[in-house]
Amino acid sequence: MSTRLASQGRLINKDKAVAFTFNGKHLQGFEGDTLASALLANDQMLIGRSFKYHRPRGVVASGAEEPNGLVNLGKGASFEPNARVTTTELFEGLTATSQNHWPTLEFDVGAINTQLSRFLPAGFYYKMFMYPRSFWKHVYEPIIRKSAGLGKAPKDRDHDTYEHFHTHVDVLVVGGGIAGLAAAKAAGERGARVLLIEQTADWGGRAVVDTPTVDGIPAQEWINNTIQVLENMHNVDMRLRCMGAGVYDHGYTLAYERLTDHAPGDEGPRHRLWCIRAKQIVTATGAIERPLSFAANDLPGVLLASAVRDYAVNFGVSIGDRTVVVTNNDDAYRTAIVLKEAGLDVPVIVDARVQAEGELIDRARALGIRVEMGKGVASVKGGKRVTGVALCAQAGEGAVLEEIDCDCVAMSGGWSPVVHLWSHCGGKLDWDADQVMFRPDPERAPTGADGQAFVITAGVANGHLFTAEAVSDGWAAGRAAAKAAGYTKRGAQAPMGEDAAEGPISPVWLMPQGARHALRAKAWLDFQNDVKVSDVQLAAQEGFESVEHAKRYTTLGMATDQGKLSNINGLAILSQSLNADIPNVGTTTFRPPYTPISMASIAGVARDDLFQPIRMTPVSEWSNNNGADNEPVGQWRRPFAYVRPGESVQTAVNREVKNTRENLGLLDASTLGKLIVKGPDAGKFLDMMYTNMMSTLPVGKCRYGLMCSENGFLSDDGVVVRMAEDTWLCHTTTGGAEHIHAHMEDWLQCEWWDWKVYVANVTEQYAQIAVVGPHARKLLRKLGGMDVSAEALPFMQWREGKIGDFDARVFRISFSGELSYEIAVPAGQGAAFWEALMEAGEEFGIMPYGTETLHILRAEKGFIMIGDETDGTVIPQDLNLQWALSKKKEDYLGKRAHERSHMADPDRWKLVGLATEDGSVLPDGAYAIAEGENANGQRNTQGRVTSTYYSANLERGIAMGLVHKGPERMGEVIEFNKVDGTTVRAKIVDPVFYDKDGEKQNV
Amino acid sequence: MLILRCPYCGVETDETDLQGGGQAHLKREGPGSSDDDFEDYLFMRENPKGVHFERWRHVYGCGKWFLAARCTNTLEVFGTYPAQTLEPPQEIKDKITAKRPGWSWGTFQ
Amino acid sequence: MSNAVSALQGKIAPGEVTIREAGLRGMIILRGDLSDKKLRKVCADITGVKMPDRGQANCDGDKGLCWMSPDELLVLVPYPEAAQAVGQLDAALAGQHYLAENVSDARALLIVEGTFCREVIAKLAPVDLHPDAFKPGDFRRTRLGQVAAAFWMRDEDTFEVICFRSVAGYTFDLLAASAKAGAVGHLG
Repeated sequence: MSTRLASQGRLINKDKAVAFTFNGKHLQGFEGDTLASALLANDQMLIGRSFKYHRPRGVVASGAEEPNGLVNLGKGASFEPNARVTTTELFEGLTATSQNHWPTLEFDVGAINTQLSRFLPAGFYYKMFMYPRSFWKHVYEPIIRKSAGLGKAPKDRDHDTYEHFHTHVDVLVVGGGIAGLAAAKAAGERGARVLLIEQTADWGGRAVVDTPTVDGIPAQEWINNTIQVLENMHNVDMRLRCMGAGVYDHGYTLAYERLTDHAPGDEGPRHRLWCIRAKQIVTATGAIERPLSFAANDLPGVLLASAVRDYAVNFGVSIGDRTVVVTNNDDAYRTAIVLKEAGLDVPVIVDARVQAEGELIDRARALGIRVEMGKGVASVKGGKRVTGVALCAQAGEGAVLEEIDCDCVAMSGGWSPVVHLWSHCGGKLDWDADQVMFRPDPERAPTGADGQAFVITAGVANGHLFTAEAVSDGWAAGRAAAKAAGYTKRGAQAPMGEDAAEGPISPVWLMPQGARHALRAKAWLDFQNDVKVSDVQLAAQEGFESVEHAKRYTTLGMATDQGKLSNINGLAILSQSLNADIPNVGTTTFRPPYTPISMASIAGVARDDLFQPIRMTPVSEWSNNNGADNEPVGQWRRPFAYVRPGESVQTAVNREVKNTRENLGLLDASTLGKLIVKGPDAGKFLDMMYTNMMSTLPVGKCRYGLMCSENGFLSDDGVVVRMAEDTWLCHTTTGGAEHIHAHMEDWLQCEWWDWKVYVANVTEQYAQIAVVGPHARKLLRKLGGMDVSAEALPFMQWREGKIGDFDARVFRISFSGELSYEIAVPAGQGAAFWEALMEAGEEFGIMPYGTETLHILRAEKGFIMIGDETDGTVIPQDLNLQWALSKKKEDYLGKRAHERSHMADPDRWKLVGLATEDGSVLPDGAYAIAEGENANGQRNTQGRVTSTYYSANLERGIAMGLVHKGPERMGEVIEFNKVDGTTVRAKIVDPVFYDKDGEKQNV
Repeated sequence: MLILRCPYCGVETDETDLQGGGQAHLKREGPGSSDDDFEDYLFMRENPKGVHFERWRHVYGCGKWFLAARCTNTLEVFGTYPAQTLEPPQEIKDKITAKRPGWSWGTFQ
Repeated sequence: MSNAVSALQGKIAPGEVTIREAGLRGMIILRGDLSDKKLRKVCADITGVKMPDRGQANCDGDKGLCWMSPDELLVLVPYPEAAQAVGQLDAALAGQHYLAENVSDARALLIVEGTFCREVIAKLAPVDLHPDAFKPGDFRRTRLGQVAAAFWMRDEDTFEVICFRSVAGYTFDLLAASAKAGAVGHLG
C-alpha cells in the first residue's frame, strides 16, 4: 500500500496538517502536498476511470503530464472539472470527486467496455455508427455523449474574478529549474528586463530530487542562493504558479498565473492571463519521462520512475512497499536507490538493455538490489492495483520466466524534452538517435519580425539531460538572449554542475519487443484517451500512415495530453508499423496551450456588464427609466419601444405609431453618425463619396445622399448638410459612423492624398432628437427661441440658434413623412433638452417612440433602410433610386461598377410594395416562389421580403420586397413561402403606402 | 500576433490596435476603363508565399493608413512606410533584396 | 448652454488606485499643418504650453496640447472656454486649410490615481507601461479593453484617460474592476 514515509518530504510541512475530502471521505495531508501526493499518502491509488474503457486508473506522473488524475474540484460557484491532481496544491477544506464512472469509482458499469475492448478498436465510432444516417443525430450521438466525456460542466455562476495583464520584456524565461534560474540570472546581470515564470509552486525543478551539485555546493543551496540574487535584481520579476501556455508570432506569449487556486478565499483575481511581448524567449521547460509499453501498464500502481522518486523525496510518500523498476536507461536506477535508502524493498531492477554499466548501476548493486539485464515485463498482475509482474526476455514474445510480487512498478522509457513552446511558433526538431529523443534544432528556431530567432531553448529542454550541461546551457541561453535583446554588459561566470555519469540508453518501444497481440492490446500508449499499441498498429494497417491521420483516427495525444506522454512512443510504434525511421514519420503539431487554461482567464474582466461595451446616448438613462425595451444596434442599445405598465411591446408600438402620425412623437436619434468634412476640396471629395452631387448644395440646405462601395453596392445613406462654404456635415446610419469615417479617411489618405480635406467624427458631440408629428412646430414655438416657421425654416433646410435655452442646430428633415425637426444640441445638454421637450409637449400628447415605430413610419412611406433593403448585393437601381445617381458627374465611387453587365441587367430584382390579400404580415425574409425547380431540386424563387410590419395606421400588414422585374408587374399577385410550409398571397403595389403626395411633411 | 511599427506615431503596435486593409499599391480604375482592367482592380489580388505589400490602418491609434512590406511565410517585416506613395521606397526595396534576392511582386522587384 | 453635464457626473470609485470621472473638460480637435507658425502661436496663446513632439502631451492643469497624429492636435481647455477657443482658432487660421471642432461633449475624461496606476492601465492596454518606456509627458492612443482610448501621465501616480462619451460607463467600470483586483507587482 502507499503510505507516508517517516523520513523525506522536502516540500511538505509535517507540523501543519490539512484536511480534505475525496468522494466524501475525510482525509488528511500536509501543507505543501499536492492533491496527488496527499491522496497517495492515504493509499488512494484508484483515482479515476479511463475515458473509453472505464479502466481503473491511478496517478502515473508527478507533474503537468499526468494523464489520469483528473477530478472534479470544489462545488457550487467554485466547481471545476478536470482538475489535475498533480498540479493541484492541497488546501484546507479542499473537496474532490472522481470522474467518468457510474455509479461509483470502485464499481463502474462502464467498465464492461474493457471486456468489449476487442470490439472497440481504433476508429470504432467512425465505423460503427455510420448507418443508418438518421440514427446518428437521434440515437448514437446522445448515447455516446452520455457515456463519454470526463468532468461535468459547472452549473453555477463562477464567483471568482480573472484578469489580463500586458507586459513587454527583453527576456522571458519559461521554467524555473536550474537552467531557467541560470538563464534569468545571466540575462538579469546584463541589465535586461527579465520575467521568469515557473508552473509549479517551487523553484529548482527536478534537479533537487536528484541531488547533484552546482558550483561545488548541493543543488538546493545553489538554487536558494540564485533566487536571492534574482530577487534583489530590480529588473527581474519572478512568478511561481505561472505556466508558459503558448508562444505566438513576433514574441507574443501567453502565460497563465494561478493566484488563488491554492488559497481560495484570498483577495484578488483567481487567474491572471499574461499577454507578454518578449524580445527573446528562453524555454527551459525540462523533460518528461516516457512510459514503457508493456501489458497492463495502466494499472494503478504503475508509475513513471521519476514520479515514484518525486513522491518519495518531495512529499515523503511511498507508492508501495515493494517496487519493481523497469527501465532502458540509467536514470531509473536513481529511483531504486532512493527507495532502498528509504528502507523500502526493490525486489528487482528489470533492465531491457542487454548490457549496461555505470556509476548508478554499481551503486544499486552495492545496495544489494538484484538487476536483471535483457529482461522485460511481460505483463502486470492485478485488478484495481498492482500485485506483481511477470518477467520475460525483452528479445522474446513474452514467455513468462518468473513472477515477482510487488505493489508498485516504476517504469522509465527515457526522457523527452518539452519542446512544446519551441514548436508552437514554428521551431523545428531534430531526432537525436543517441539519446533517443527529439530535440530543438537551433538552426531552425522560430523567427520574429526582424527575421531573427526569438526563442532559445535551454537545459534539459535542449536535450542536455545531465545537470552539468543543463545548468551551463541555461546560463549560456540567458546570456545569448540578453545579447540578442541588446544587452552586452559582462556578467558572472557560468555555473558548473556535477552529477553521476550515465551510460547510453537503448530504445525500447514495445516490451517485450515481439509481444503477442494479446499483450499489445493491453499495452497502453495514451492513458488518457485509451489508445494502445494495437490501435496505432491497426491505424497504420488501415492506411492512416500520416502521423496526423493516425492521431485523429486513434485519438492518440489528443485532449490535454497534447503529446506529453504518448507522442514519442506512439509515433515510434507507427514508424515500426510503416517500416520507416522515426524522423521520417515526424511528430504531430504541438498546439497551445501547453496545459489547459481556464476559459475564464481568457475572458478576463470581460464578463457580465463588461462582456462588451454598451454605448449610451445622453438620453439612454431616461429611456431606461421610462419603459424602454431595448434592442442592440451595433454596440448601442436603442429603445425598440417605450412600453407602459400593462402593455405588450406590440401594443406599445401600435400606440407610438398612431400617436406620432396624429399628435407628436420624440425619437432619440443621437446614434446617427455625424461627420464634418471641411476644406477647399471637400465638395469635390463628397462628389466622389456620394452618388449624387453634393458640391452644388447651397449653404443652409440639406440633401439626402447615397454612398456606394467601389463595386457599386449601396453601403450607406443619410442627409448631407452644407454648413459653410468649405464645410459639410454628413449624417450616416447608426452603425455607419465609424466605418464611413474610416472609408473617407482611406480614400483621402491612400488615393487622393493631395486633396485638401479634413474629416472629423463628431457623432458623440451631439444629442440629436427628432421632434415628429403634426404638433412638432407648436412644441418648438412653445419652448421659444429661433423661428421655425415654414417660411423661416423650409423643408430640407437647417438653421443654428436657440431652442429655449439650448444651443441647437435644427434640421428640417423627415424620415417619417410627418412635419419633423431633427435638433442637435451638445451632448452635455441632451438629457435636459429631452426632458424639456417631454414636459412642454405634454399638452400636445407627446410620446417618445422607439426604433420599431421609426421603421414602420418609414416603411409606410416607402423609404429604404440600409441593412433591410440592402444586404451588400443591392445597387441603387434595384431600389428605384436612379434619381440619386448623378449623370453630370464624370466619376464617383460605384459609377464604373454600375456599367458592368450584371449590374445593368434588366432582369434584376427590384423594389416594390407588397400587400397581402388577407391583410396579414408577411414573414420577414420570405421568398416569393416561382414555377419549376433549380438544378439542386429547390423551388425557383422570384423575389424576397426586405421589410415587413403591421401598420397600426393602415390597420394591415405592409411590406417591401425585391421582386423580379417588380415595378413592371404592379397589381400582379405572387405567393410567398411561410415557415409552416403554407404560402401567402400578396399583391405587388407601390411601396408608398401612406400619404403618397407627401402633404403631411410639407406644412 | 504581429507587431508593426506605425510610421506616423513611431510606436510598435500590436496587431489588435490595427486594421488590415488588404493588398497595397492597387491602381484605381474608374469610368472609361475596360471591363478587364476594372475587374482586375476590383478582384484580382496577389497571394504570394513570401514578399507581400499590405495596407494597415492604425485604427486605435493615430487613424492613419500605412503600408507594410512583409513575408507571408516567415512573417518577417521588411519595413513600414506612409501610404502616400505609388511604390515602395527604394530603401525598403533594398532591404528586401538583401534578404530575399531575386524577389518580385507585381511590377516591383 | 444650460444644464451641461459630463457623462458620469463625477462618478468615483475610491481605493488604493482611485478611478474618478473628471467632469467636463474643454476639448478641441485641431487638424492642420502642425509646423505652421500661426497655428503654433494660437495654440500657445490658448493653452500656455509648448507644442508637443510626436507621441507627447504637454499639459498644465486643465490646459494642454496632445499630439494625436501628424496633422492633428487635441487642444485641452477649461470647459467654459472651449467655444471661445474655437473662435480664436478660426480667427487665427482664417484662409488656411484647417479644421477646428469642439468635441468637449463627445468625450469623457477619467482620472486613474494611485500607487499601481500603471498596472491598472496595463491590465487593459497592449502597451509597454514600464517606467523606462512610458513616462509623464508621453501620450498614447490605443485601446482599453474593447474601446478606443488615449492616456497620458499627469505625474508618476496619475493617468488621465480620454474615451468616447458613449462608453464612459464601460471604461469607468473596466478601470474600476482592474483597480479593485489589486496590484500585480510587476511594473516597479
